[in-house]
Amino acid sequence: MTEATVGVGIGADQLDTTDMVLNIGPQHPSTHGVLRLRLVLDGERIITAEPIIGYMHRGAEKLFEVRDYRQILVLANRHDWLSAFANELGVVLAVERMLGMEVPERAVWARTLLAELNRVLSHLMFLGSYPLELGAITPIFHAFRDREEIQAVMEEISGGRMHFMFNRVGGLKEDLPAGWLGRARAAVAGVRGRVPVLRDLVHGNEIFRARTKGVGVLSRETVHAYGVSGPIARASGVDFDLRRDEPYLAYGELTDVLRVVTREEGDCLARFSCLIDQVEVSLDLADACLDRLETLPPGPINLRLPKVLKAPEGHTYAWTENPLGVNGYYLVSRGEKTPWRLKLRSASFNNVQVLSELLPGTLVADMVAILGSMFFVVGDIDK
Amino acid sequence: MSQRLAELAATTDLAADPVGFASDPWWLILFKAVLVFAFCVVMTLFAIWWERKVVAWMQMRIGPKHVGPQGLLQSLADGVKLAFKEDIIVKAADKPVYILAPVVSMVPAFMAFAVIPMGGQVSMFGHQTHLQLTDLPVGVLYILATASVGIYGIVLAGWSSGSTYPLLGSLRSTAQMISYEVAMGLSFAGVFLYSGSMSTSTIVGQQGDTWFAVLLPVSFIIYIVAMVGETNRAPFDLPEAEGELVGGFHTEYSSLKFALFFLAEYVNMVVVSSLATTLFLGGYRAPWPITAVWDGANSGWWTLLWYFLKVQLFLFLFIWLRGTLPRLRYDQFMRLGWKVLIPTSLVWLMLIATVRAMKNEGYDYRGIVLGIAGAIIAILVLSVVWDMFRGTDDEEEKAKAAQPPPGAPGAAEPFDPMAGGFPVPPLPGQELPPVPRRAVRRAEPVGAMVGNGNGTGSADDESATDATDKEV
Amino acid sequence: MTAHGYFSTYALVGLVLLVGGGFVSVAFAANRLLRPHAPNVEKLMTYECGVDPVGEGWAQTHIRYYIYAYLYVIFAVDAIFLFPWATVFADPGFGTTTLVEMFVFVGFLAVGLLYAWRKGVLTWT
Repeated sequence: MTEATVGVGIGADQLDTTDMVLNIGPQHPSTHGVLRLRLVLDGERIITAEPIIGYMHRGAEKLFEVRDYRQILVLANRHDWLSAFANELGVVLAVERMLGMEVPERAVWARTLLAELNRVLSHLMFLGSYPLELGAITPIFHAFRDREEIQAVMEEISGGRMHFMFNRVGGLKEDLPAGWLGRARAAVAGVRGRVPVLRDLVHGNEIFRARTKGVGVLSRETVHAYGVSGPIARASGVDFDLRRDEPYLAYGELTDVLRVVTREEGDCLARFSCLIDQVEVSLDLADACLDRLETLPPGPINLRLPKVLKAPEGHTYAWTENPLGVNGYYLVSRGEKTPWRLKLRSASFNNVQVLSELLPGTLVADMVAILGSMFFVVGDIDK
Repeated sequence: MSQRLAELAATTDLAADPVGFASDPWWLILFKAVLVFAFCVVMTLFAIWWERKVVAWMQMRIGPKHVGPQGLLQSLADGVKLAFKEDIIVKAADKPVYILAPVVSMVPAFMAFAVIPMGGQVSMFGHQTHLQLTDLPVGVLYILATASVGIYGIVLAGWSSGSTYPLLGSLRSTAQMISYEVAMGLSFAGVFLYSGSMSTSTIVGQQGDTWFAVLLPVSFIIYIVAMVGETNRAPFDLPEAEGELVGGFHTEYSSLKFALFFLAEYVNMVVVSSLATTLFLGGYRAPWPITAVWDGANSGWWTLLWYFLKVQLFLFLFIWLRGTLPRLRYDQFMRLGWKVLIPTSLVWLMLIATVRAMKNEGYDYRGIVLGIAGAIIAILVLSVVWDMFRGTDDEEEKAKAAQPPPGAPGAAEPFDPMAGGFPVPPLPGQELPPVPRRAVRRAEPVGAMVGNGNGTGSADDESATDATDKEV
Repeated sequence: MTAHGYFSTYALVGLVLLVGGGFVSVAFAANRLLRPHAPNVEKLMTYECGVDPVGEGWAQTHIRYYIYAYLYVIFAVDAIFLFPWATVFADPGFGTTTLVEMFVFVGFLAVGLLYAWRKGVLTWT
């Protein structure tokens, strides 16, 4: 790797253009977190790109091993801080499966509802921040306004705005407050009514399309090779969604509402439009869950647990369709109250690896468009 | 030359008592010079506040409101704060150039203001004088020249910082500004063709009947685009694209030096807006419906108001663009400049020249020809720009149509190694069996999902699913 | 307008330059008095996204930037030729001949631009 040590036009003997090493991150506005990309540039064209990760590594997996199953949730919902509820979900599903626990039906539907609301929250975040990275400063405020509405109902039940901690092994922490379903429905309707604003403001913008269309095309083969999942994979035509293909929670009963959004192009625009369509699908799912919750008879929303919660010896792999992609927990228990091993497969980790394939050959300006369209959370990469 | 200037001056409203620009006493000239600086600084402070308020309004926010009434003094407070900040000159910087750069960037911006006619003839301390510091016979050229010098400030700032981001930012900025300056200059040529002068006050005087924006719509549009490019404002704010190059050319600047860049940017905005007002919107003269009902609208200090309002109109346009549009990519931006704006300007210029020549030769269908040709070219420009950004829209629609309808099973998919299986590629020579799970679309009983081995397995091996079934 | 008046309009430009210089000096002096000054090694490092900078930030960059500079010089100079022509164009004594001359001139310009276009100079590689 040539390092840039030559001044501009310094002498005739060194008239080669030197490759410039440009570090994007760990403290860079477009990585929203501490991801670092080491780029070698020729002018403004990227020759090689290497994601350097680990600046936020917190050793979550190791910490899981010294927490009991109830405490693990607190840690587990933190790696992807935009989809805390969905992260908790994977852990409780794994533990419940190990325990052979039957979760009350109301809890299952409420979990489905909250998971979808959480998905909307996460997606809206990226729908706002991606245009921001491309220089449009307004959409993020519209996205945050919508987020605020959903966050209000989430906050009402869980008390949290980010790390909800509402899942418990065996159900949810508390029953839904009276009248909450109506407020949740109003929030869903409000957000649905304003999704077209984002669509018009960003998706229909000529400059936005010019910057994203045909940029950073991710092929289906690359998706498979790198284990990319979630909306990014679906934008490349990989029709894979755990909610449909391996239904967990109540998704098995929502097949008529659940529409797996796919695109064939695999470019940044496809990824963005996948995301915006998924918001609408999630809102539909949330409405369906609300409908169902209203008809369900009253009953418990969680199970009484023993004082010491021990998963029986064995192992299981629970994976869920998180907002950013497949999120899996491989739980190995030796019958103690802490897991022997809890391996975390986070979506962003795999999704970001593909950058070293996508970036070379593109312009620095495209780098931002591509990086933003990979929809990652750095905590989810570094765990 | 002087004879012609006098003739032209006679055509303006100033004719009542034409006062030469050099006839002011020296103290009045100095006062006006200081006033120009004061005006620029105040306009900058106001423009920043106005921008923050308007953008906030577009984003459903309130914007600054704590310092001063409605936050009017917020930008002043920010400016003062910047002056109090520690000034860091990084070690890698080339110190003299590093210090010089913000000055080179700012002073020309102010200097350009010297030839902007801000108002007609007013009485100041008992002297009849123009609200314009000086009237060069080549005023518009002078503005172009000062703008070019201002570019040096940015180039030198990026280079002298000794850091990668500023260097890239300044290189971009240079290429960008010089490209758009050509288009800008060509749009001026059309104005000169009509005004027969490069003096700003004469150009304003020539627009007594019709604004040049009406006569030269294409020049006007090209100028508007070029002026946004020239001032590095959104959607052409590539040199300071914070998502890519952090701060661009001023990444390493702090304290007052940073404030000077900030000041230069906003003064430049005011300058190009003033120039647009002067060249195309009749300068400080009142717009038509007002002059029809009020004769005094074009006299005295009122003219300053019209000038101010028109400049605000352009500033609002700047802010509006910033609040709405994403940033163009570099090559798209250059393509717009060199392949659309410059050729169009050239064609348009020759077109109006031809029409003018025909008129001089005695043909009388000038208006018709000009109108039609103008409309055609305007449509051409718009369609080219449209096509550039729009791409082929039909493809998108087709792709959408090709999507499976909602809820349709993906069973029609061809071989797909990931479908329902694990996100790993098949081993060499291994054929993935037909998807087992995709076909099974039975609605599982809710609550019972914990027990079935359906959702289990390990990330490495599909056969590991059996192992987990034991706790069922 | 007398020669004196003509030059005095330019003298005013010099005056603005002086006032500008004064403005900057006063601002710099005030800033020097007001601001704290506590440099340390970390502060004086160039920004490299949180990584210690390696080597110099100066790099020999690709020629494409300079091509734009050359193009600019050509076009800006040509535009400067256009301005006086446009100014006197409508005056008596300049007629169709002037127009044809300018068509020839602009034709050269256009050929130049077309050449650059065809050569792919305008395409960002």
